[in-house]
Amino acid sequence: MSLRIVRAGPGETIQDAGRFGYLRYGIVSSGPMDWIAFRLANRALANPADAAAIEISRAGIEVVCEDAPLLVAFAGGGFVWEHEDARLPAAAVIMLQPGRRLRARAGAWGTWTYLAVAGGLDVPLVLGSRSTYARFAIGGLEGRALRADDVLRTRDHASDNVTEGTLRMPLLERSNAPVRVVLGPQDDYFTSAARTTFFSESYAISGRFDRMGYWLEGPALAHEAGFDIVSDGIPLGAIQVPGSGQPVILMADHQATGGYPKLGTLTRADVGRFAQHRPGERVRFAACTVDAAHRALREIYAALDETSLSASDEILGSSNLIGGVVDGT
Amino acid sequence: MPASSSNLSPPRFLDAGESAIVVEFGRVVDAALHDRVLALDAAVTAAKIDGVTETVPTYRSLMVYYDSTCINRDEVIARLEKLLAGAASVRVQPKQRTIPVCFSAPHAQDLAEVAQRLQLSEERILEIFTSAKYRVYMFGFLPGFAYLGRLPKALEIPRRTTPRSPTPMGAVQIAAEQVVITGVAMTTGWYMIGQTPLRVIDLARESPFIFDVGDEVGFEPIDNAMFERLT
Repeated sequence: MSLRIVRAGPGETIQDAGRFGYLRYGIVSSGPMDWIAFRLANRALANPADAAAIEISRAGIEVVCEDAPLLVAFAGGGFVWEHEDARLPAAAVIMLQPGRRLRARAGAWGTWTYLAVAGGLDVPLVLGSRSTYARFAIGGLEGRALRADDVLRTRDHASDNVTEGTLRMPLLERSNAPVRVVLGPQDDYFTSAARTTFFSESYAISGRFDRMGYWLEGPALAHEAGFDIVSDGIPLGAIQVPGSGQPVILMADHQATGGYPKLGTLTRADVGRFAQHRPGERVRFAACTVDAAHRALREIYAALDETSLSASDEILGSSNLIGGVVDGT
Repeated sequence: MPASSSNLSPPRFLDAGESAIVVEFGRVVDAALHDRVLALDAAVTAAKIDGVTETVPTYRSLMVYYDSTCINRDEVIARLEKLLAGAASVRVQPKQRTIPVCFSAPHAQDLAEVAQRLQLSEERILEIFTSAKYRVYMFGFLPGFAYLGRLPKALEIPRRTTPRSPTPMGAVQIAAEQVVITGVAMTTGWYMIGQTPLRVIDLARESPFIFDVGDEVGFEPIDNAMFERLT
């Protein structure tokens, strides 16, 4: 079974859970910007948690089903999804019939959404992963972003108990809650005033943002011990502060090591929610202990499990989306 | 980056979010300090700790990734402390690598400029450069971007204040006390004195990476004909 890309913006790539084990060679893990939305879309199809899916930016995408009916799921920010001329909810499972088109475009909020297919996309594994890392031209389809006329094949799918329906997922709701941050590893490179400022003021997402990082704008953060450090490792969500004092949040395609002090790291629980912000939107941050971050992560895993069940229940009783009936959400 | 004598104070355990711990041995570039990074890295790899997913050695620290659903932070630190006690005596034997490098035009784009700035002949620069051995300290910045050291003192040259035009893949570049080899074409603030025809990362090769962190590298001069043959 396969999907053909009819139209794709410049930032649409194939991602799986990530490419792990090669940071020591400078190769970052990549993977989805919003890992929770990505996992939910795969879960809704009973796919493996790391099945490759399409990551869609605000530039949107249009796909058409090529040869045989294909079960797909989408979830992410508040995008507008359309099946032929019917408006769909922002997160749903549908059966796409041959020749039928599915479109996504930016909606009320959010920056990323995911289109998963039953079985996952079938592209070659590169260093153990199907994630696209465009900077190094590896993974995904020929190491590049998707474009019109690309044909994506799907892998075999074992599960036959998935049906169409709206996905209602509390985890995906828009939230203005502060983004939680674990301090370190170089928080002691900053003045105490800088640490206070970072957690009491809000920061705007600037126009400079991509899969590598989000450059923020707000009150400058002063370094106490210089802004040049001997390079060390960088995790996903690191808050790196160069000499300008304006923080940069390092995202999925971040460099593996770097030489600027890092005030803290966004929690895994909140990094996807943070990624959904758009330029101009403001974010607040809250300090969080490692233990609290672990608890938050466990709650998300538990919620992912529950979502799967409640989604299935809803799917069974859902309206017929293919008939063009728009769900009330 | 200042060098210092080795500092044998116990490392610090710093949180890099809730999924990684940075074992920081110091905050400078220093071979003895890097030995400790390598020893712990080897020990962690050999220990195959459940829930420890990846390690990243750098100049001065080892970053240890863990999965908090398998192992908690305090357990990771306890295991690392135990390994550190044993690793102190471990001397990791470096693998020896020889990398062919062409130091002739058009591959030695900045050699004349370096000679002029250092007031040394190009021949003398290459003699000093190729008679030294270099340790692979770390990768980073970009895939396959390797930091080697240290550069003989006679060849130390400050980094450019404004970046030069892009260098090709495999460029062998110097600045400050370091040598870097690039895995991809990029603009840099370094001086390109040669180029290797080998790809730092070649996924088609049986072992995709030409060297590992901790390896000891020598540079073997090759001529343009050999460069073409090996490309």
